[in-house]
Amino acid sequence: MATRVSSTDTSHEALGLSPDDLLAMYRTMVTARILDEAAFRLNRQGKAPFVVPVSGHEGCQVGTAWALERGRDIWLPYYRDVAVVLVAGMTPYEIFLGLFAKADDPCSGGRQMPNHWSSSRLGIISHSSPIGTQIPHAAGAAYAARYRGEDAVAGCWFGEGATSEGAWHEGLNFAGVHRLPVVFVCENNHYAISVSQRKQMASENVTDRAAGYGMPGVVVDGNDVLACYGAMKRAVERARAGEGPTLIEAKTYRFFPHTSDDDDRTYRSREEVEEAKHHDPLVEFERYLVQHGVIDEPLVEALTAEVKADVDHQVDEAWSAADPDPSTLLRHVFAETE
Amino acid sequence: MTEKNIVTAIHDTLHEEMASDERVVVLGEDVGARGGVFRITQGFLDEFGESRVIDTPLAEGGIVGVAVGMALHGLIPIAEIEFADFIHPAFDQIVSEVARMRYRTNGDYGLPLVIRTPWGGGVHGALYHSQSIEAFFAHVPGLKVVAPATPYDASGMLRSAIRDPDPVLFLEHKRTYRLIIGDVPDEPFTVPIGPADVKREGEDLTVVAYGLMLHVCLEAAERLQAERGASAEVVDLRTISPLDKDTILASTRKTGKALVVYEDNRTYGAGAEIVATIAEEAMFDLDAPIVRIGGPDVPAMGFATNLEHAFLPDTDRVFEAMSRLVSF
Repeated sequence: MATRVSSTDTSHEALGLSPDDLLAMYRTMVTARILDEAAFRLNRQGKAPFVVPVSGHEGCQVGTAWALERGRDIWLPYYRDVAVVLVAGMTPYEIFLGLFAKADDPCSGGRQMPNHWSSSRLGIISHSSPIGTQIPHAAGAAYAARYRGEDAVAGCWFGEGATSEGAWHEGLNFAGVHRLPVVFVCENNHYAISVSQRKQMASENVTDRAAGYGMPGVVVDGNDVLACYGAMKRAVERARAGEGPTLIEAKTYRFFPHTSDDDDRTYRSREEVEEAKHHDPLVEFERYLVQHGVIDEPLVEALTAEVKADVDHQVDEAWSAADPDPSTLLRHVFAETE
Repeated sequence: MTEKNIVTAIHDTLHEEMASDERVVVLGEDVGARGGVFRITQGFLDEFGESRVIDTPLAEGGIVGVAVGMALHGLIPIAEIEFADFIHPAFDQIVSEVARMRYRTNGDYGLPLVIRTPWGGGVHGALYHSQSIEAFFAHVPGLKVVAPATPYDASGMLRSAIRDPDPVLFLEHKRTYRLIIGDVPDEPFTVPIGPADVKREGEDLTVVAYGLMLHVCLEAAERLQAERGASAEVVDLRTISPLDKDTILASTRKTGKALVVYEDNRTYGAGAEIVATIAEEAMFDLDAPIVRIGGPDVPAMGFATNLEHAFLPDTDRVFEAMSRLVSF
């Protein structure tokens, strides 16, 4: 049960991914990156009061999320998981409805801050802002799925800071005791806002703790989308086969500040950030796809332009959508009866 | 009808609900092999099996958090917190997650779950087995907080709580568990969450109480009748939140005098909200100042018998307050 560094063959052929799959994964990563650019632009324009960026995490998010199945599995993302919810089926339009706090925001109808994902239609379970609270929810949902005879797997994402919370320990412990069909994915970007990993934990890897919960811990290069997919695919297969939970740790980096309200110059050197950008998951995946003849330069340009135009269109649509009606403030405290 | 104590009433109701609905599961510390430290789930493990009667790791936040996940994926979990005094590690789950789920998803997700927990003093429970916790949670919108005080209400309200589409914190007063005996219908029945209940009709003053204090007030009311020839109307709050203002105000308007009794620390206790409600809405119907009796503002009752008695409002104190109000 010791920490294992994922080392299986991560070529797309070995993972069973077709060129079309690769292109779809790539397109999702590009979309997430462009959503960040749009959101920060809107923030500077005063249209989006609060932005939580994803850039740098696209590889580990798309890679892990791709191994779950829409309409079958249960999704418990955290606030940075723009790309996870894209994979789960949320559209950029819906994400921008949340950014602008519009009435039709599927997550909360404009009640929660942006990136507090939720949609019963998509099987995405709502989360709050206190960190790590969704970890026991993942265990409970996985328990319920198995109890009901479903073969659903719960995917649960969080940062390395969350692993210091009691709720994290309690959730993994319960999942381990009951060998539940759940995969815990730590997107370790080495900073919980400003607090570095060195001050967060005494261990080198979050997964060093997996043995304590009776589950395998797998370290994976979070900037390698295919490696992340491979690790998650095996974990999901394991969970579906009734073999219990897995803790995956994807080592990655966040390119932007924690949120639009953060200033990361106070705790990270510019050199460190620039160095991290040399391992950009999007660039690395592009390189792989070019090498394997899936894309070429003109296709990248065309696809990027197309996604940008599409995102811009969806921004406009979302911006012109209706605001919540203030008279709804008192609704949904309890179930509403006819 | 069968005469039962509160432990048996709750046990039987839970049993019936589990037998009739496979979505219902119980989870908590010692609920399985031990059958609960108060024997509420005795025999459940054998009958319903480990998948429905879950002895959890010792972590209250995890118990409630896991129950949240279960409720979001089609089950009706009944989480037991072994003593209300131990519920505080679950405060974040209850306040941030349980109570806000429906609101924060704009009605998309509901949380049909029940959190049962024994509360209150009078059992030599000292600082950490005697606490009143209702005020912490009654302050939180989105959560129903109930504290039935009779076998009939405990059974009927538990059934309502299990069938409620929203989360209910179900408080069971430990001292009343085996002390209070009463008739319970043999067929399934419900007592709605929300309405208070006039447990004793009277003309000369209104007394509002819940939990063990209800019984203290009923006893004091009998003595008032016998010794002073005055009749107290005793309102059993039953549901702490949402508060049944109508019943409290109707009774107060009828009698013109109000006494509010609770065993929690007096300051910022649930009684403060009841007093404020009467003061705001029935001021001109009052013939005397509102009187409030609560526990002292000390951290808790002591283990020593006399320290415990000194903390808890008793029949003498309530009787004296009633007498003063009657002669005001």
